Amino acid sequence: MLPTLWGRIQSRIVFTLVIGGLVTLFVTPVLPLGTGIGGKYRIAYTVLVTVTVLGVLWELLYHFLMQWRWEKDWPTLFGLLTFINEGLLVWALLLTGAVPGIAGLSGLQSLSYWILFILVWMAVWIFANGSMRVFSIHWRFRGGRFV
Amino acid sequence: MSSPYPGQTPNSAGGVGPGYAGGPVNGGARHLPPTSVYPTSPPSQQPQAQYATPVRTAPQQQGYPAGGGGAGDLTPELLHTDVWSDQLVAAAGIPIVDVPFVTIGGGIGSFVTVDYLRIAGVPTENIRILSNIDTPWQPYQYLTRVSQIPRPERIRSDSASRPDNIWGFPSYAMEESLKDKSLKAAWQVLVEPMFADFYTPRAGMVFENLEREAKRIRWWDMLVKGQVRMVRRRHGGGYFTILTPPDGAAQTKRVAYRSQYVHVGVGYPGLKFLPELQEFRTKHQDFHHVVNAYEDHEHVYTFLKSRPGTALVRGGGIVASRVLQRLMDDREKYGLQTQIVHLFRTYVRGPHGKNAWLRRPGGNGFAYQGFNYPKSVWGGQLKAKIRKLEGAERAEAYKEMGGTNTPWRRRWQAQMDAGRAQNWYHTLEGTAEAVNIGPDGRTISRVKLGNGQVTDISADFIIDCTGLEADIREHRLLADLMDHTNVGRNPVGRLDVERTFELKNTANGEGRMYASGSPTLGGYFPGVDTFLGLQVAAQEIADDLARRGFCKRIGPGRSVSQWLKWARNQQI
Repeated sequence: MLPTLWGRIQSRIVFTLVIGGLVTLFVTPVLPLGTGIGGKYRIAYTVLVTVTVLGVLWELLYHFLMQWRWEKDWPTLFGLLTFINEGLLVWALLLTGAVPGIAGLSGLQSLSYWILFILVWMAVWIFANGSMRVFSIHWRFRGGRFV
Repeated sequence: MSSPYPGQTPNSAGGVGPGYAGGPVNGGARHLPPTSVYPTSPPSQQPQAQYATPVRTAPQQQGYPAGGGGAGDLTPELLHTDVWSDQLVAAAGIPIVDVPFVTIGGGIGSFVTVDYLRIAGVPTENIRILSNIDTPWQPYQYLTRVSQIPRPERIRSDSASRPDNIWGFPSYAMEESLKDKSLKAAWQVLVEPMFADFYTPRAGMVFENLEREAKRIRWWDMLVKGQVRMVRRRHGGGYFTILTPPDGAAQTKRVAYRSQYVHVGVGYPGLKFLPELQEFRTKHQDFHHVVNAYEDHEHVYTFLKSRPGTALVRGGGIVASRVLQRLMDDREKYGLQTQIVHLFRTYVRGPHGKNAWLRRPGGNGFAYQGFNYPKSVWGGQLKAKIRKLEGAERAEAYKEMGGTNTPWRRRWQAQMDAGRAQNWYHTLEGTAEAVNIGPDGRTISRVKLGNGQVTDISADFIIDCTGLEADIREHRLLADLMDHTNVGRNPVGRLDVERTFELKNTANGEGRMYASGSPTLGGYFPGVDTFLGLQVAAQEIADDLARRGFCKRIGPGRSVSQWLKWARNQQI
């Protein structure tokens, strides 16, 4: 029901790459990135990997914050609203050209980023908070761990 | 409104302390009709046995085998022998039924376990449910009703803790939103607990869903009615479970179930009264003025509707909150003058705990917590932590997260605030030393307050909401297991189980015995006495049985295909 740190990290990686990866696969072709389809996918998946890697670091911070909560929980709403801080950080890194392989963003590219980011985030959040339990009865009782 | 209690009314300032002096309303003596129209026979102390709600489903359970000659009853030799041979049982004339898996109890603990096993592919003929109740939700429904949670009210359980659905998906909140065609429940579960109280399901919805799932898994094809007297190990492996069928239902007094696996899901061993209240009831043979919240005590509310009176509420947990709500709802609804005195043994003044990382919210006497346990015991950090602890360390961890608590709910807070402001809800910290009947026919509790001062509190009724549980030995079956089958106690004194919920030291050949629910509190998993905890236990048991080849493991493929059957309400 509530993941452990190791479970959160595992779930974060699997869900972002698998569920987020599927969303990216379908959404990327229609993003106004101003480049060919191959270039679009390269940029989109680079963003997805960046979100995943930074997400693991964010989990460490969330785990730390959770220790001040008596229930040692992380309300569902927090899981949704943290798209703000996480999205802004990745966006800032993209704007400054700090993400390898992406040399800054134009206006329309920023819009593309936010469309992709929010769709991925929503899909992962909905899956993790609901239908994932249909695929594994063990996942929620094992703190979100797969292994 | 002036206080009917001379001296300082402690809670007028939001706290407790000296100066409380209880006395009758208007200073005049009032006489209760001795025991008037209310039942005078002592109610059972184990209310599991009485169920006022009619059974909704007409069950068709299994029959009993014919006798094998002889008396068909327990012999002194059987009673004194720890390990029985087939011949010993046969010689007593007790018919033997062979079935691989037996669950004892037939309440929600048995239900959740059997639900898992049926979903894991075990056919109905391999399971027998030995139980003295007709439906798995019967005791729970009784206890929730008398403790003031009728069907439309909400129980204290999480949205995804569904005993009728091993996946917890869709959650109760989603189902309620779909049924009501309203986003209210979905919104609440989204913004809980910051911007709304925790979402909790209505009792009625829980029972309806349990009934649906019971029919789906053919519960009544597996049910055998009767009282389980004992379980003993069998020479050669496995166990004998002795069932006493209802009078006249079978040809013999006892029937033996010979099985490789036994699951003990008998629930609470029994209720325990506060010693001074028990003494009062024994001494005065008065079961009217002093009641336990888990007994039917509707007469208290009926009386308070007929004339002004005082109720003394004992305890600071969820049941006390429920009883307070009922008293306060009635007060509001019928314009009553009820005075409520609330006695806490431990008065919580604010956030408490040994350090900044273990601080539970609290105030006005109560410790606040959304559910029975901190949320992370059902899968998060606390579950992982306690799974590794043994002995005294585990007992200490239970102590740290334990203690009586109740949820912080907006409505309850508003009611109590109003009661304090209008001087009809009074809180006190102290321990009652004795309870007697005064000359006016009211109860008088001699209370030692937190500051050492002793005072007498008069009340028309005392409602014990402390929810003390009896020792596991109070349950005849559990005592027999401890005496004859090597069952021991865990660090907090209840049944000692492994991480798989196997009862330690009871393995017999290939036979294994499991236990789950309240009697196993204190094990490697803390939340055993909750809906979700019963499912955690059932999953551990089903996984262990899958390793032993009794059922299939519920991997992703089976999980999805079985969920689709659940969603279509397809009988399995």
